[in-house]
Amino acid sequence: MSEMKQDSENAAVSPERRRFISAATATAAGLTIAPGVMLYEVAHGRPEEQAASSAVRWGMMVDATKCATGCDDCVTACSTENGWTPVAESKHPKQAPQWIRKLVLQDPLTQMETNLPMLCQHCAEPPCVDVCPTGASFKRADGLVLVNRHTCIGCRYCMMACPYKARSLVHESLNDTQKPDVPRGIGTVESCTFCVQKIDRGDGTTACVEACTASGHNALVFGDMNDPESEISKKLRELPTKQVRADLNLNLGVRYHGI
Amino acid sequence: MASITFREVEGSSPKFWMLFGALGLFVLFGALAWNTMHHYGHVVTGMDNQIVWGLPHVFAVFLIVAASGALNVASIASVFNKPMYKPLAPLSAILALALMLGGLLVLVLDLGRSDRLIVAMTHFNFKSMFTWNVFLYSGFFVLVGVYLWTMMDRTVKTYSKAAGTAAFIWRLTLTTGTGSLFGFLIARELYGTAMLAPMFIIMSFAYGLAIYLMVLAASYAWTGRTLGDAVMMRLKTLLVVFVAAVLYFVVVQHLTNLYFAKYHAVEAFILRDGGIFTVLFWVGHIALGCVAPLVILLSRLGKQRTWIMIACALVIIGGLAQMYVTIIGAQAFPLDMFPGMNVKSSFFDGEVHSYTPSVPEIFLGLGGVAIALLVTTFAVKVLRLLPVTLDDETVAKLEH
Repeated sequence: MSEMKQDSENAAVSPERRRFISAATATAAGLTIAPGVMLYEVAHGRPEEQAASSAVRWGMMVDATKCATGCDDCVTACSTENGWTPVAESKHPKQAPQWIRKLVLQDPLTQMETNLPMLCQHCAEPPCVDVCPTGASFKRADGLVLVNRHTCIGCRYCMMACPYKARSLVHESLNDTQKPDVPRGIGTVESCTFCVQKIDRGDGTTACVEACTASGHNALVFGDMNDPESEISKKLRELPTKQVRADLNLNLGVRYHGI
Repeated sequence: MASITFREVEGSSPKFWMLFGALGLFVLFGALAWNTMHHYGHVVTGMDNQIVWGLPHVFAVFLIVAASGALNVASIASVFNKPMYKPLAPLSAILALALMLGGLLVLVLDLGRSDRLIVAMTHFNFKSMFTWNVFLYSGFFVLVGVYLWTMMDRTVKTYSKAAGTAAFIWRLTLTTGTGSLFGFLIARELYGTAMLAPMFIIMSFAYGLAIYLMVLAASYAWTGRTLGDAVMMRLKTLLVVFVAAVLYFVVVQHLTNLYFAKYHAVEAFILRDGGIFTVLFWVGHIALGCVAPLVILLSRLGKQRTWIMIACALVIIGGLAQMYVTIIGAQAFPLDMFPGMNVKSSFFDGEVHSYTPSVPEIFLGLGGVAIALLVTTFAVKVLRLLPVTLDDETVAKLEH
């Protein structure tokens, strides 16, 4: 627990400091005689005893202009990867958890429709972490906003605080679809983890992004926003993007193009 | 200054035991309701991922707010040195403790994992208003407990004023904390305002005093002791001030919101189009909870005890309606993530969320009320909390 707290404190650095740390890390990497070793480490996930690093900030870019009407491959992939029952199959659809969902926006004036997935935005300043009484909601150093299922007491204050309605409470006993690397439990709160289990394995991507790419839509890009050479950083430099409810100044890990 | 004799109520009549048994029955129902919710999960409640805090929170927050207000009478006696209120103080303190206990029990038994209460007591995040409230609630029990002790034990009587002042400051901080549970939320339009802290304080004054007056009158009427008009009229006038202040805060809050275009939709929802929430706001909170009690208490009706009791009951009903609108109404209105756009999803985005409390939720909430009243009933039987008489003559002597 104290390690997690330390991680979230480490992560609360200013953009300047973060840039400095990134630059310093990059320089150090350049000076290291075996940069190949470091790349190998990243590609194969970090060892268990090594803490997540704030040199990395995982993020996602959603290109809403490519997000297809009627397609919910990202939602299905998330449910399969993380073991939550799809809403359509749930006996209690109103109370069923949804880690990611498709939104259809319509401009009432022009009738133009926009499709996009909505999920935990992995804020740099997450309101859910601020309000959590036990510290079960926490932000990992690499930007992932997660819930420690062992210390979540199910008070739902984070759900009151989230401006994106990204979180769900597990309302009933879980069936046997649970995945061994995705702990879940009745009475606790959960949300998108950016497939933390995949990241820690070194996959470097999430189930929803893989599904979107496989379907040929390519509306989702995932990667390290701190690495200027990553695909996501390049895309974010190229395309104008927006943060949902940018007025709240939460510095989101999910950026949308075409909204 | 004349001295006042405090004595336990006898509490041996069948009527007393019937009251005790009836309250106990509701406590039992509350326990069964918790057991059901804990066993099956929140799937048996009307709550979902849109309305995450339901009826139990309405009862819990109401009781916690009222608890802090119930201490008011004691505060007036020791902090503001009004001798007339001195004999009324012990009941005020015990009622505050009892209501706090009832409210907290409902709050913790509605947790998704109420079995993990120990986690909440051992893991803290000091940026969370909830964490601060854990300390404020615990401190309240300690301070009010000590204060009650200084009032009842002659050997420590000299510390009464100090203890009373500490409890008074603490209770103001506590209600600030309760209001800030909502005031510190950025996501929803109706929250996220400093207004909620002082508004909750003034609401606590009104709800707490209304409950206090009803409990006081009932204890005297049912034990055949004399409760003079002097006490009733004084407390009644105080209630008028508090209820008027509640009305003032509510008007200012909504007028301010109405001036801001970004709040027009949510204000239209609460004030005009919100169905049950609009009805509860106008009929429950404003008409029954504020206007009617003011009319009763300020008119000639306010001289009759029955009407004072009716006014108190209306303030309590209005308070519950206000909590329902404040807590559930604010969640029922959809989050505005994409201003100006119509939104649709499988997660009920862009629609007004419906909520129907289930039977376990109702009984869990009522169980909290029953615990509070049961504790009070038991306390007046075993402790010397109530003066033998509060007739006008005795009370008049106190002031000279």
